[in-house]
This record gives sequence, C-alpha cells and structure tokens, in this order.
Amino acid sequence: MEWKLALPEITLAVSALIILVAGVLPKRDTSFGVTMAVLGALLLAGGLVLAQGEGSAFGGQYVADSFSTFMKLLCLAGAALGLILALDWNAKQGIARFEFPLLVLLATIGMMVMISANDLMSLYMGLELLSLPLYVLAAMDRDNGRSAEAGLKYFILGSLASGLLLYGSSLVYGFAGTTNFDRLADAFSAQQGISAGVVVGIVFIIAALAFKISAVPFHMWTPDVYEGAPTPVTAFFASAPKVAAVALLTRVLAGPFGDTVSQWQQVIVLAALGSMVLGALAAIGQRNIKRLMAYSSIGHIGFALMGLAVGGESGLRGVLVYMAIYLFMNLGTFAVLVAMRRNGRALEGIDDLAGLGRTDPAMALAMAVFMFSMAGVPPMAGFFGKLYVLLPAVEQGFWVLAVVGVLSSVVSAFYYLRVIKVMYFDAPAEAFDVRPASVSVVLAGTGLFTGFLFLFPAPLLAAARAAVVAILGAG
Amino acid sequence: MFVGAVFFPLLGAIISGLFGRLIGDKAAQWTTVFFMVLAAVCGVTAFFEVGFGSAPRTEVLFTWVDVGDMQFSWALRYDTLSAMMVGMVTFISTFIHLYSVGYMSHDETPSRFFAYLSLFTFMMLMLVTADNLVQLFFGWEGVGLASYLLIGYWYERESACNAAMKAFIVNRVGDVFFMLGMALTFYVFSSVEFGAIFAAVPQHVNDRFLGLPALELIGVLFFLGACGKSAQLGLHTWLPDAMEGPTPVSALIHAATMVTAGVFLMARMSPLMEYAPVALSIVTVVGASTALFAATIGCVQNDIKRVIAYSTCSQLGYMFAAAGVGLYQASVFHLFTHAFFKALLFLGAGSVIHAMSDEQDIRKMGGIWKKIPITYAMFWIGSLALAGIPIFAGYYSKDAILEGAIAAHSGVGTYAFVCMVLAAFLTAFYSWRLIILTFHGAPRADHHTMEHVHESPAVMLIPLLVLSLGAIFTGFTFAPYFIGEHQAEFWNGAIFNLPAKHMIEAMHHAPHWVATLAKTVALSGIVLAFAIYMGAPKLPAKVAGAVPGLYRFLLNKWYFDELYNWLFVQPLRRLARGLWQTGDVRIIDGMPNGAAAITAGMGRSAMRLQTGRVASYAFAMIIGLVVFVSLFLLGR
Repeated sequence: MEWKLALPEITLAVSALIILVAGVLPKRDTSFGVTMAVLGALLLAGGLVLAQGEGSAFGGQYVADSFSTFMKLLCLAGAALGLILALDWNAKQGIARFEFPLLVLLATIGMMVMISANDLMSLYMGLELLSLPLYVLAAMDRDNGRSAEAGLKYFILGSLASGLLLYGSSLVYGFAGTTNFDRLADAFSAQQGISAGVVVGIVFIIAALAFKISAVPFHMWTPDVYEGAPTPVTAFFASAPKVAAVALLTRVLAGPFGDTVSQWQQVIVLAALGSMVLGALAAIGQRNIKRLMAYSSIGHIGFALMGLAVGGESGLRGVLVYMAIYLFMNLGTFAVLVAMRRNGRALEGIDDLAGLGRTDPAMALAMAVFMFSMAGVPPMAGFFGKLYVLLPAVEQGFWVLAVVGVLSSVVSAFYYLRVIKVMYFDAPAEAFDVRPASVSVVLAGTGLFTGFLFLFPAPLLAAARAAVVAILGAG
Repeated sequence: MFVGAVFFPLLGAIISGLFGRLIGDKAAQWTTVFFMVLAAVCGVTAFFEVGFGSAPRTEVLFTWVDVGDMQFSWALRYDTLSAMMVGMVTFISTFIHLYSVGYMSHDETPSRFFAYLSLFTFMMLMLVTADNLVQLFFGWEGVGLASYLLIGYWYERESACNAAMKAFIVNRVGDVFFMLGMALTFYVFSSVEFGAIFAAVPQHVNDRFLGLPALELIGVLFFLGACGKSAQLGLHTWLPDAMEGPTPVSALIHAATMVTAGVFLMARMSPLMEYAPVALSIVTVVGASTALFAATIGCVQNDIKRVIAYSTCSQLGYMFAAAGVGLYQASVFHLFTHAFFKALLFLGAGSVIHAMSDEQDIRKMGGIWKKIPITYAMFWIGSLALAGIPIFAGYYSKDAILEGAIAAHSGVGTYAFVCMVLAAFLTAFYSWRLIILTFHGAPRADHHTMEHVHESPAVMLIPLLVLSLGAIFTGFTFAPYFIGEHQAEFWNGAIFNLPAKHMIEAMHHAPHWVATLAKTVALSGIVLAFAIYMGAPKLPAKVAGAVPGLYRFLLNKWYFDELYNWLFVQPLRRLARGLWQTGDVRIIDGMPNGAAAITAGMGRSAMRLQTGRVASYAFAMIIGLVVFVSLFLLGR
C-alpha cells in the first residue's frame, strides 16, 4: 500500500489528535505533559523518516527521497529544540498552555508535507498547514500588545502571500494543464518557448515562497514579527519553517522548473543580493537583539539563495549544508536569548548582555562561538557554510554574487563582533537569573555542533550530496 | 685556522651577548678577549702564511644562493689583500678589546659592549674575506649595523642616539650606490663572484649601459658606496659625530674597521677599476679634496677626539687619492700603517680622557704631561707617525702616495699632489697644536680634576705600548713588501695593475725633491705649531679675531651639516609630514573610515524603510512582485 510511504506524517497527525484530546480533558495544566508527548511524537516521526523507503504516493502528490529525508530530519530537530527552549520560558512568562506544543506539532506536519510535496496542490496544503499554526503562535502571548500585533501582521501578509501562491499555481495549471511536478517538468522540457502566463505563474510562486523565507523584497514582516512574538516562537520561526521553505523552493526550482532556469535565475540572484545587503546594513543600528537576529536571518537566507542561484550539484549542496548549519547556530543563539532574564523579567537589548563574559562565562563562550560562526570566522561551522556557497559561485563565474557576499559578510561581522565586545569588554551588568537546564542542553548541543563541525564534516557533506543527487536526478 | 680567524669573534659575541647575564660581566668580557686572541693568532699566522709563502686559497663553507644564473657560496677568500686585512683587524681589535677591559671598567653593561665589539670585528672580517659581492655586502651592512649599535651604546644620551642614527642613515646613502653597483655588475657579468668577474673584465671593456660605459659606471657606483663607509667628502658628516660612542669604539671604527672598508673595496675591485680611468680620476680628486678639507677643519676643533676624527677623514683621502692614480699598493700600505698609529692616538686620547675625568675639550686641559708621561710619549709617537716624519710608519706610506701622485703625470695627479702637500703641512700643525694644548702650558682644568689626573692601568697601557711599536716599525719593515722590490711576489696577483702603467716603478723614479718637500712641510708644520702655541699663546685668538668669517667657516665644518639639513633633512621631513597627514591620515585611514561611515549611513536608511505599517509592507511586496514579473517578461 503506497500510503505507508507517508507513515511519518500520518503518525504525527494521529498523535496530534490523540494528544489534543488527552491535553484538553484534564482540568489542571497539562502543558508539560503535552510537550513531552509531542517531543516523543517528533522523535518517533524522526525514526520513521529514517526508516522511510523511497517512491511516490497519493497519485504522485507525495514523494519521498533522500532529499526529503535530509530536510525532514532538520525540521524535526528544529521543532524539537524550539519546543525545549519554550518549556521553561513559557512557564515563567505565564503563557504555558498545552496548545503551544500542539501548534508546533501541526506546523511540523505542514513542513513535512511541504518537503515531500510533488504537486502544486500538496505544496499549497503543506504551506497552509504550516502557516496557520504560525499565525497563532506569533500571537501566543495574547495579552501582550506587541505579540498580538505580530500575529496580526503576519496573518495579513501571509494571506497575501498565500493568495499569490494560489494565483500563480492556477496560472501554471492553466497554461501547462497539470499541477504535478513530474509532468510539469516533462511539459517544460518538451516545449520550445515558454508562454508568458507560465512565467508570471512561476514568479508568483517564487514570491510566495520568498515571503516564507523572508527574502528581500518580501521580508518586511520579519523584524516586526520576530520582535513581537515570544522569544521561543521567534526561535522556532527562524529555524524549522525557514528550512522547510528553502527545501520547497529548491525542489520546485530544481524540479519542475529546472529547465526554465534561465528564466528565474536572475530573480533569485536579485533576491540573494538584496537579502545579503539588507541583512548586513539594516542590522547595524539595531539595539534589540531579536530584531538584530531578524536581519541576520535575512542575510543568511541571502547566502542560501546564492547557492540556489548558482545551482548545479555543488551549488545546491551548498544550500543544504548552509541551512543545516544555520539551523543549529541560530537555535543556539536563541537559546542564549531565551536565557536573558533578570529578576523574572525577559530582556531583549544587546546592552543587557554586558559583562556576560564575567557573570556567566560558559554561556558567553557559547554565544561567542555562535557569533563568530554567524560572522563566518574559521574554524566555526558558519565559515564552512559560507565557503560551500561562495566556492561554487566563484567557480561558476557569479562574481557579483561572490563579491557582494564577502563584502556583506564583512559588514555583518561588525554587529556580530559587537555582541562579543559587549559581552567581554563592557562593564558587567547584573547577572541573569539562573539559566534553566533545558537551555543548557540546547546550548551545549548546538555549541558543540557549531564549534567542532570542522573536525568531522564528512557525514553532513555526504548526506547533502545524496539529497541533491536525488532531486536533480528526479528533475 | 683560516676559518677560525673569522669566526672566533662571532663565537665570543654570541657567548657574551646571549649568555652575558648568565656567566657574569667579568667572564663575558674575558671570553670575548680570549676569542679575539685566538682570532688574532690565527689571523696573523694566516697573513704571514699567505703573504710570504703559500698561494692564495678559498675556503668554501657552503652554498648560499643557487637561483637560476645566480649562484654563490659562503666562502672565505684568502689572498694577500684579505689576509693582510684579517691579520691587521684581528691584531688591532684584540688590543682594543684588552684596552676596553680597563676603559669600560665603570660601565654597567660591559657584556653588551663586548658582544657588540666582537660582532663589529666579525662583520669586518666577513667583509674582507668575502669571495663574492653579496657576501661582501653582508659584511658591509653588518659593519654598519654594529657601528650603529656601538655609537649609540650610551643610548640614554640623546646626542649618542642622534649620532648613531646619523651614521646609519649616511651610510645607507652610500649603500644604495653600492647596491646599484652590485646589481649593475651582475647585469654585465652575470656573476657576483670575484674570480668570475675579474676574469671577464677584459671582454666587457666596451660594454655600455644606458649609453654610458658600463665599467666606468660600476666604478663610480662602487666609489660612491665606498664614500659612505670611508667618510669621503660629501658623505663624511657622520664620522666626527661618531665620537659619541665610547673611545675604544672610535679607535676600532677609525683604525681597523669600518672606514677602511671603502679603501679595501677599491683595492679589491682593482682589476675592474683599472679599466675605468674616468672613475679613477673622480676617486683621486675626491680623495685629495677630502684630505685637504678635513685637515683645514682639524686645525680649529677643540674636542680631542674630533681633531683625531678629522685627521682620519684626511688620511682616508690620501688612501683614495693613491688608489685613484692606480697605486693600490701604496693605498693599502697607508691603510695598514695608519691602522696602528690611529689606534694608538685614539687609545691615547682615551687615556687622556680617562685621566681628566671624562673631559674632552682641549681648552680645559694643559700642563699634564708630567703626570701621565707614558700617554704623553705615546701621543708623540702617534703624531710623528701621522705627520710622516722619517723612521715612523706613516712616513713610508705617505711618501709613497705623494710620489705616486706626482709620478702619475696627469692633471688630477698634480692637483692631488698640491692638496696633499698642503694637507701634510696642516696635519703636522694640528697634531702638535693638539699635543701642546693637551699636555703643555698652564693647567686650565679645575683644581679637583687636576688632583685626579693619573696614569691609566696596565691593561690600558700595554695595548698602547704594543701599538706604538707598530707605529714605529711597520713602516720600514713592510715597505719592501707592500711597495718595494718584493711587492710582486708579496701581492701575488691580489692587486691588479694595468701592465702599461708601471705605477710602482714610476713612483720610485719620482724626483727627489718630492720626498724632501714632504719632510720639510711636515717639520715646518710642527715648528709653526710650537712657535704659535708655545711661543705666543695669545696669537691664535687674534688670528681668529682678524678673520672671523674664515674661522667660523672652519669651526662649523664648512657648514656641511647645515647645508644637508637645509637641502635634504628639512624637505624630507616636510615630505614625510605631508605623507603622514595627507597620505596616511586622510587617504589610508580615511578610506576605511569613510567606508564605515557610508555603511552606517546606509544602515540607518535601511532601518527607516521599516515603518511598522502593514499596508506599506504589503505594498513593498507587490512592488517587488511587479519588478520581478517585469524582469521575467523583459528578460525573455
């Protein structure tokens, strides 16, 4: 039976319903138990993804290959780490509700559907399944004006993006006569010229996906939502959904539209350039570290798009490696942000980190590792992420991209290093509250990954290569 | 033995310099003396062996550079010329080391001083034994470095630091020409090894470079390089200032090492210089002019060491003039004898300064000859040799130079002769002016100093005695070998003369009146000095008052320092300030600062885009979409 192929998603969906019922019935607060159950479900799904075979199901709507395995594991890891970070924070902030882990779980199902989507319809379904829980999550701290505002803004703009996606899909369907990726690919490779309708459709789809990954010029929501949403939610936003959307974009552009590369390459190049430059420049003046991280994520997406624009096996491998490294160093950084709490009050200013090197040397060291990594300083993981997208760009002659990438990386080094300077050289502020054990676990895991990836990068590189071969072969 | 003569001083320098604190100052200084004695034994033996026995030899140590056409080794070339230099340098340096043990007894860091001193000696030995230009240049630069360290030894004194820098910088000016000469030599001969160059000289006589005769150009460049080290007119300004170093250093610089390097270079390059007649004429003119110029200044200086310093400058002029007329043998002979009596004079001056509680101004001396009779006698011997009085060493070499100049039968030869005879007169005059003002007359020092006047300890006097023997006997002992009937066997090809010129023979057939004239002017200079400074001590002041312009002109050393200051130093400082304030601060610093400011400005603009209004966000999305669609459609 081919539906067995989608066993991870089905398992997650079923467990979501069961946990919902189990969580809603008791009168007392069940948030901790629900979180643990969701973590268990994510773990189970991870195992199933690993055991998953390859092939397509549901009439070609769903596909499983090593690309989907790679990306799904990243998403599951991101979701799980995000949940762990939220555990303590939500409790202290008084927003520990059992819906929170459930919404994360539902969003994760959406991401997995997106990653495995092989049809414009399943693509849309996955994307909506991801987006709707995210809107709610952003407004989770509903008594807080900024959180509510973030949720609303995200919802309005997200609806606009969904509309664009639907419109683009209908245009493509109207001109190509199919929504299935494989058949679209066949149609485009057979055709000599491509009609303007399809082209406009592709742009609309790219625009909608660019919104999800907050690439310029569809990034405007990012700083506001990142700042307004509760910190663990921001951590989640900045990690797993980004990975899923980049995976979807990669699959769509390399798969069905792979033969129209000359059409969309220029747009991706522009988006990459804009994202890198804006991410570097706009972050300079930020005082709020969550806003800073918003611009930082825009810049990082620019780098990932650089790999996508270059394309080919090495370029796409660069994208996957970059996203994997980005996921972990980003979650690590947010772990520090989650731990920024003094006398029970959560803090968000860069200056609040002053003197962390003396008050909490271990966390400061981890933060320094993340910042160096984000700036791309060897031998941190971030350096290799940048290396593996810059190298193909140079080899394929994308000089503008490479030069702008290096320059923006220099500029962004300024604000990353400033964080380190504040931690180690500024007069110490009062120490933070005792850092919860859950944060320490995430910090240690991501810190070790970021700091010591250079010792054994081979498994990651090999997995990324296998994943790329899977979609290029399919396309 | 041949290797030891060169490397023992280095060993001493390393032990004293690096482990001086570990083994203590006493041990460190005696270690260097011990190694210098070893070096001197080897060096003097090598001199006698090569000069009076076996053939020239080359000790190859190891390959240094082997790049394309350029290939040369670290090798010690021992022909008569370098063996003579090695013997002389190690011998004199040993006694200067010994003397320093006494002279520097009150110093605080003697191990450092002795390490520098030995390093200095080693570098000079490296220079004279080089068998290629690059190795010679290594020694050349090493000598410059060591002289910088030694002149600035008392680095807490500003004047010493300035003098050290001046010596180094002026030497660098000469070095530039040396380097150019070296490069041009390689360009013409495709080799830097002396053997290969000298063998190929006749084939390159007509080579031209930039339209100029190549050999002449090389000769002039090497001479300009030599001018820096040997303090010839134009690049002489550092030498008097080098007196800021401790007196033994002055002795070493002036007698055995450093300043003789230029003269040595001329003799070493004689196979090439002989084919560059114009360059040789320049050498003669500059050398003779320096001889006279320095002598005029020497007559009015009041610092005991400065007077002797200008006499060195003057005597170096003699040596260059001799080399210029093709009499390298006489030139090197004068270098050899000069080393002994100049070391004697400087160490004697050191003894006087030591006795006078570090007073150097001869106007504040006088009336001390009975208290320090040995030093007084040494000064007489040194001065007699310097003035060229018969029997004493300087007579033989200086006489040969004067005869050679007249025997050249050329315009420049005659000019050189006139200059040098005048200089000989002045030399005798200022030497005895120095002796009389220092030792005779009424004591002009204060009572306290006079009480302390005492003869120096044995460790300082023994070197003086040994050197005085050299100042007396080296002249007539070695004259037959350096310039006399045995010269051909003695030099054994180390110095080259064009077969057509027969300078040695011509010199011996110079008219008799030349020798007579030389003796006469020397004696009359002495007599005049006695007459004025003993007979009429008031006269000098009156003469100075009668021609104040000339007096000031001489006292201020022909205003060379002021001229250079105005001509080079000030414009260079202005240029440097301009480069610093405009080039560095505005442009070099300005570019990154400006880039940072621009980036920050763009950052602020980027932040302003973020209005917080959903409508404008949506609008931006739509605009982006439109731009992308247009791009797509247009790009098709």
